[in-house]
Amino acid sequence: MLHIKCPHCGMRSQNEFSYGGDATVKRPELNKEITDKDWDDFVYNRKSLRGKHLELWQHLSGCRQWIKVERDTATHEIFKTLKANEDI
Amino acid sequence: MQKYSIFNLIKNAFSGHQKWDLAWKDATPKKEYDVVIIGGGGHGLATAYYLAKEHNITNVAIIEKGWLGGGNMGRNTTIIRSNYMHDDNALFSEFGMDLWRKMSQDLNYNVMFSPRGIINLAHSDAQMNVFARRGNSMRLNGIDAILLNREDVKEIIPMADFSDNVRFPIFGGLMQPSAGTARHDAVAWGYARQADSMGVDIIQNCEVTGFDVSDGKIKGVRTSRGDIKVKKIGLCVAGSTNILAEKLNMTIPVETHLLQACVTEPVKPVLDSVVTFGAGHFYISQSDKGEMVMGGDLDGYNSYAQRGNLPTLQHVLTEGIAMMPFLSKLKMLRTWGGIMDMSMDGSPIIDKTHIEGLYLNCGWCYGGFKATPASGWTFAHTIAQDRVHKLNEGYSLSRFNTGHLLDEKGLGTKTWIS
Repeated sequence: MLHIKCPHCGMRSQNEFSYGGDATVKRPELNKEITDKDWDDFVYNRKSLRGKHLELWQHLSGCRQWIKVERDTATHEIFKTLKANEDI
Repeated sequence: MQKYSIFNLIKNAFSGHQKWDLAWKDATPKKEYDVVIIGGGGHGLATAYYLAKEHNITNVAIIEKGWLGGGNMGRNTTIIRSNYMHDDNALFSEFGMDLWRKMSQDLNYNVMFSPRGIINLAHSDAQMNVFARRGNSMRLNGIDAILLNREDVKEIIPMADFSDNVRFPIFGGLMQPSAGTARHDAVAWGYARQADSMGVDIIQNCEVTGFDVSDGKIKGVRTSRGDIKVKKIGLCVAGSTNILAEKLNMTIPVETHLLQACVTEPVKPVLDSVVTFGAGHFYISQSDKGEMVMGGDLDGYNSYAQRGNLPTLQHVLTEGIAMMPFLSKLKMLRTWGGIMDMSMDGSPIIDKTHIEGLYLNCGWCYGGFKATPASGWTFAHTIAQDRVHKLNEGYSLSRFNTGHLLDEKGLGTKTWIS
């Protein structure tokens, strides 16, 4: 089982969290010209890295905050957790 | 190639079965091929087989990083079905069902195809309506489908929970009697043996390290066992598609996730069809050895680990016990995990790409095994003719851009929400 250190609540079990996917995907800025390719990359296309992966989780059964987790997708090792508005 | 038959079996018995030919040879890579298939799993082997058989292209190599059939081909739960509602999925899968029915004869290899039927259970009136609709769609496409009521289901699977106080009572189900199971390893070995006999080189322990692309065209592939010149490459590496896409500077509408399966200790025959739970994601069948083979949800986060975590297993088995309480008495024999290409609409991709000579076969989600023959057949056509076949038209890579999604289960873009 994964143990994720919520930056707000401390170390908790994986059961309390729900996954939110790649945290590096950015929504295109709406006040700029946006190509179809930009939307594709935002909505569908993913790198899905093997190795270090920065991702979003929500502490659903806890403080309900969204957090960022840096995790290895091959070993499941968790290196770092951050608040949603923090950058690595 | 030595034919497998009762006569050859008897003949070889006299020499103590010491003189059988090798099923396929261990090839070393040549400098140049007409087509290179990357990935020696079921789809890759089937593609090479149909390239040789249907299109007479035999200067073909299959490059496999590990060993033949060692990925999801050896990790699936062996279920074969075509119970889809959408035309693109239904016609593709039913074409595959025909290939499955002929496969043992075609390959001269017993793949133990067992058309024992699949039952999707329904647990509400609304779900019965949805199943009736899907069943009608299937029948319009020439696929057998029977809508079962509660009593019908009880007759087929009396061991399911039909008591009064259950959270998800069984209202009925949708059955495809011609669906079933097959021995997965035999499928890989059968395709490998036939492909090899027609001149295909099967190269194991050979990792792809890069591609030679110039002027938007494929020129070659770089591997751990040397560079190979080739004009056409077929990518059949479900579970590692994102890794190879990165080497090609492509991002694709696929995420790599982890799916677990498990078997119990073997017991006497109790279940003679494949059954899926309708109020969650759980499926079960009984293997010829007597083990109850089970699976369900993804672990739910990007992973390449090929091994899973217990919370998901517990969640999946809770559904199993809700459906068939006797399962709680059985001991777990083995659990394992495989890595899935989860496409963003839940349907696969078999298409050309923006690079000339590069063909993509990926995104099989939960349903790669049953698609093995149809995927190989259509992918071989796409590579040989340099255009998609009518059967895999719907599995285009551009559908995410044009909006023609093939969302069979309405899973949407968040593949981990089901």
